[in-house]
Amino acid sequence: MSSREAILSALRKAAPPAVPRPAAPEGSRFADPVGRFLESAKAVGGEAARVPDRAGLEAALRALPVWAEARKKVSLVPGVGVSTVDLAAISDPHQLEGLEVAALPGELGVAENGAVWVPGTSLGPHRAVFVITEHLVLVVEAKDVLSNMQEAYGRLTLQRPGYGLFISGPSKTADIEQALVIGAHGARSCTVFVVG
Amino acid sequence: MNTFHADRAAAFLEDAPHAHWYDTAVWFMRSKRDHAAGAVAEWERLRDAASGLKAHALSDLAGYLEEFEKNAKANGIQVHWARDGEEHNRIVHEILAARGVKLVAKSKSMLTEECGLNPYLESRGLEIVDTDLGERIVQLAGEPPSHIVMPAIHRKKESIGELFHEKLQTPAGLSDPKTLTEAARQHLRKKFLGAQAGLSGVNFALADTGGIVVVTNEGNADMGTSLPPLHVASMGVEKVIPRAADLGVFLRLLARSATGQPISTYTTHFHGPLRGGELHVVIVDNGRSQILAREPFRRSLACIRCGACLNTCPVYRRSGGYSYSYLIPGPIGSVLGPLRDAEKHGSLPFASSLCGSCSDVCPVQIDLHHQLLALREEIVGKGLLPWTKRLGMKLAGLVLRHPTLYRLAAALARRTLRSAPGLVQIGPAATWTRQRDLPEPPRQSFRELWKREGA
Repeated sequence: MSSREAILSALRKAAPPAVPRPAAPEGSRFADPVGRFLESAKAVGGEAARVPDRAGLEAALRALPVWAEARKKVSLVPGVGVSTVDLAAISDPHQLEGLEVAALPGELGVAENGAVWVPGTSLGPHRAVFVITEHLVLVVEAKDVLSNMQEAYGRLTLQRPGYGLFISGPSKTADIEQALVIGAHGARSCTVFVVG
Repeated sequence: MNTFHADRAAAFLEDAPHAHWYDTAVWFMRSKRDHAAGAVAEWERLRDAASGLKAHALSDLAGYLEEFEKNAKANGIQVHWARDGEEHNRIVHEILAARGVKLVAKSKSMLTEECGLNPYLESRGLEIVDTDLGERIVQLAGEPPSHIVMPAIHRKKESIGELFHEKLQTPAGLSDPKTLTEAARQHLRKKFLGAQAGLSGVNFALADTGGIVVVTNEGNADMGTSLPPLHVASMGVEKVIPRAADLGVFLRLLARSATGQPISTYTTHFHGPLRGGELHVVIVDNGRSQILAREPFRRSLACIRCGACLNTCPVYRRSGGYSYSYLIPGPIGSVLGPLRDAEKHGSLPFASSLCGSCSDVCPVQIDLHHQLLALREEIVGKGLLPWTKRLGMKLAGLVLRHPTLYRLAAALARRTLRSAPGLVQIGPAATWTRQRDLPEPPRQSFRELWKREGA
């Protein structure tokens, strides 16, 4: 008998009587999800600001020091920001080392925890871009900010095959005496712009 | 090695200031958890739902694993099955060896600790770098993790500075967490760029979509699995949940219970390999089906490894992770350890006050303190209790069953303790009186008083 069969048969034999699937409670909604989202995104160590439209986003990005001062930068947000690195010209993701800042479009934001859902399709040809970059900028539309994770899973698309992740703030660790340090392995800063 | 919890705890407590510091540090995590849980109005109902979802999944693990496998394969993920740790290690090694891998960037996985994967691969010539900062610290120190979420929580920053000076050639005398973390970042970035494969655990496997989810704060799992073309993920059979949407419940509980964060920084959903690469998932039983078969202990398989039961446990906080003979310390480890090896880990269910705080904070409502009590019965039944405890219990049983003997013993105790109170500070009784005085014994028993007053 293969290990697969052996394991499945052992699990079947050991299984308790069927337990029905429970209903999950409704997640609390916020009266002002965008306001709450901005607060949460700051509370998890990031920066967050609301801009009225695409022009406002462009201006805010240009005014952001980590973007303005970077020499190696890339924006995958359609029509916003001028990239100096062409991801399509890179064949090996290891060559992304040294990338200073990446601006990426998010699909939705979650007010309760400041997380942004970034589908693999927002990452261009190399999914490492979000974690290897020194600084990260995320963009999400105000209409796409939801209250909680349960709502988020009701809305987001999981591409199959594919990839996607929630990002909530910059990379961090508290493994040394529980002192919070920003910039463990991934982005040293995370700025989220909410548009609209 | 002495596996007896009380002896190891005594050694830990010899350094009283460090023990106090440890207690405070771990309690800080518990306080953050309370704050985060209190901010979610539907917290208790979320726990009900998470517990129910896990009970539901555990009642049909085979079905959900088959569904997961079918969907994962459709996503281009290669699925392997391992009956035990040895088979798991062999599968992982074969995958790595066949592709000429020499350096592996590994992110945290308690399952691979359980299987002894690192020494297995190292003895076959591979270099395995643990990339979670806390895990890298204990790896460099040659220690196991002392906590499942904060592996190096027992170490002071000065000792980490010394370790880095010795192993990573940082300047001597560093103790600033920021500087130390930066040094580790630079060191590990080189490893990430040089690794030919990434290894990770699995926080959740999704049956309906055939994906796996890995959660980190540091981004180490993402670095490790986004650069090299090969990713091998190891999961216990109990990690499968029915639907991706169920994550809406579990993720609201996990980080809040673990560290008091509203969510971890990176929650990554893998539904296929890196472009042009390979993703392998190894599904491991290693005794889990036997636990599933045992009704009183089944629910321990619902654990999502948040560590909340460790942080709240008065015994864990005051005895440290290394007092536990099993690799997972605290209440959940004191259940899982003896279920694996009752003889080796037989003292662990007694390393509890049965206060029930672990069960109260558990995000998936595992009845930990009931399981610990049930395990005590088993261990007594198997004759695994140390003879001192067996004899003590026998004597107590005898005295309590016979009123005359009881009266005689009580009279003797009153008299002896009055004339020679120092007796309780030596021998086995000393463990009770080291940090507290006995009250002065009364001259008469209640029975004698009752008689004299002629009620």
